[in-house]
Amino acid sequence: MNIHNKSTGLPANAEGAPINEESKSSLVLDKKLSRRDMLRLTGATSLGLLLGGGGVGGIMAARNAVAEPTVASDADSIPFYGSHQAGILTPAQNFIYFAAFDLTTTKLSDVKKLMQAWTTAAASLTTGSLIGDVNDNPNLPPSDTGEVDGLNPSRCTLTFGVGPSFFDNRFGLSSKRPTLLADLPAFTGDNLDPKWCGGDICVQACADDLQVAFHAIRNLARIARGTAVLRWTQEGFQRTGTADPKGTTPRNLMGFKDGTGNPDATNEAEMNEVVWNSSSDGPSWMSGGTYMAVRRVRFRIEVWDRSSLSDQEATFGRYRHNGAPIGAKDEFDDLNLKAADASGKPVIPPDSHSALAHGDGTVKMLRRSYSISSGLDIATGQLDAGLLFISFQRDLMKQFVAIQQRLSKSDRLNEYMTHTGSAVFACFPGIRKGGYIGEALLG
Amino acid sequence: MKFTYAVPAGLLAASILFTGCASNNNSNSNTSNNNSTNAAANSTTATNTSDTTAATTADFTSAVEQYRTYVIEQCDEFVKQTENFTNAVKEAKIEDAKALYAPARMYYERIEPIAEALGDLDPNIDARENDVDAAEWRGFHKLEKALWQDNTTKDMTEVADQLLKDAQLLRAKVETVEIDANLLVTGAVELLNEVSSSKVTGEEERYSHTDLYDFVANVEGAQKIYELLKPELAKKDAELEKTIGERFTALQAELAPFKSGDGYVSYEALKEEDVRKLSQNLDALAEPLSNMGTILGV
Repeated sequence: MNIHNKSTGLPANAEGAPINEESKSSLVLDKKLSRRDMLRLTGATSLGLLLGGGGVGGIMAARNAVAEPTVASDADSIPFYGSHQAGILTPAQNFIYFAAFDLTTTKLSDVKKLMQAWTTAAASLTTGSLIGDVNDNPNLPPSDTGEVDGLNPSRCTLTFGVGPSFFDNRFGLSSKRPTLLADLPAFTGDNLDPKWCGGDICVQACADDLQVAFHAIRNLARIARGTAVLRWTQEGFQRTGTADPKGTTPRNLMGFKDGTGNPDATNEAEMNEVVWNSSSDGPSWMSGGTYMAVRRVRFRIEVWDRSSLSDQEATFGRYRHNGAPIGAKDEFDDLNLKAADASGKPVIPPDSHSALAHGDGTVKMLRRSYSISSGLDIATGQLDAGLLFISFQRDLMKQFVAIQQRLSKSDRLNEYMTHTGSAVFACFPGIRKGGYIGEALLG
Repeated sequence: MKFTYAVPAGLLAASILFTGCASNNNSNSNTSNNNSTNAAANSTTATNTSDTTAATTADFTSAVEQYRTYVIEQCDEFVKQTENFTNAVKEAKIEDAKALYAPARMYYERIEPIAEALGDLDPNIDARENDVDAAEWRGFHKLEKALWQDNTTKDMTEVADQLLKDAQLLRAKVETVEIDANLLVTGAVELLNEVSSSKVTGEEERYSHTDLYDFVANVEGAQKIYELLKPELAKKDAELEKTIGERFTALQAELAPFKSGDGYVSYEALKEEDVRKLSQNLDALAEPLSNMGTILGV
């Protein structure tokens, strides 16, 4: 919680230096104090000592949290500002609350205002401080809805993007639409429901606490009232860090490890190749940004659960137990698609999910998916469960679409799932301190 | 029902004074309020930065008096129209009664928070079937069910007489109801919350489907309060005042296509997306409206 540094007035360390003793002492005070508490306490002479250099003014300013820049001084807070948006390369948090918005305004100035207001709010949301500055006025609704008061930021990230419809004729921005941003072509077997498709704007809220992620979307939607409305939302989960302290590859709801073949998000060169747009890829406002594909996938889990283990493994092309490719030993062993058994049959079925997704291995994308469970399908009495597939890539057509076309035609897995929702977004480059979301496009 | 309305003036003044001081302390220690471009937060910024003396000197006497006049006018008309309606019921003129039902209710819906503040009057007049014990159920919606579902006025004479008596009692009581600025502010939001929680879902008029009459009346009632508080609000937070005005206009534009003659189309004629849009426009209005309390000071 970088807020602590602010409250002590200590110099900020962008590299995430450990919290020193002085700021630790303020942890005790931080967030537990309402503004009224502070007023009551201002008489207490010992307070200044407890707080170190910053004093009362410092802690109040911190609570009011007007976006003193975020500083990662604590593993629990991920900087909102930076050259790229957070929530893309960030190791996946435990939960997601994904939201697509539609703009109801027709004025570009309103869109800009919304992005500015969201920027301010996002800076608070990602540092675990209350939004706005009216949280103690008895005559007014509090500016923050309050359900995360006292909680830590839980590695909350907020990632913003705009969909193809953002560039229709409403705002005069059609000439700024990147050619790389277009609605996806129809894929074989798609079963899309409009209620889970599209959107002018997306906000991906991820956090290690679902209440924190929900709170973010709830408050952003509240701020947007009169300018934008929610179009669809989807919450998702993974095994938590508590359940899997080693942070092994998470399993999807089919019981298989999902994400083994992901490129290395810590490899800067690879990320520049796979994820980030450069100025030569398209409009300059997307330089440092990336394209997001979102697919809501329903698993036919009841059917899957009736399949034999060998069928399941042949479907994925991997062993369920350890995620290793069939015929290999370790999860991260190479997929040897040429390996054949004594009769000359490929060891890994060519129409298995891993084989098709891998292709010739030259096309990659960064996946960041979450499991979903949305209650019962009352028509069948079966669980509406599956996957919120999310991938980030430099080029939707060359990466996501190329792979999905292969998969949709012949993936063995198609028997057990159907795509029910779909959207694409251009995720803005990072937000600079003092700037706002989408500034290069809207400014 | 949901708020207290009779706060003695002296006590209220004292609390305003007290909170006013606290607010000064707040803004002293609070040096970095440069955020908030959205409507909700805009108003909040203004609250903290504006001169708190405005709050203590704000004079709501004229607004309160004008509102009382409005309430009495609405009530007079409500009693008159209710009598026409109950007469039709008693004379077994089913079609006449159906035509008189929704328009009469509008006078009530515009001032609903006042009735809610007057104890049992609201449930007696306006309870829906499962709001109260079956034995105690009376009022408009009991007649609604008889007219639309059972298509009869049989055994309804007593209910009709009682409704008229309750309406007359409301009229008598509003003479003395204590109205203050707090009631106005809370009442306006209350009116829109009424729409949000029952009208928009079509639950209010489940047999007659005349929900749009109630919807419009609730909005008009809230707008009346906004108009009365507008001068004070403009002084305190001009942008909030403007935003609320624009959102009222936007909501009315959404409602306009559903007008039909002197009234409104059946709620059943609305498509799913029509309802969602109305609801979203209502939320867009209610959000800034809920910040009108800024005129009460801190």
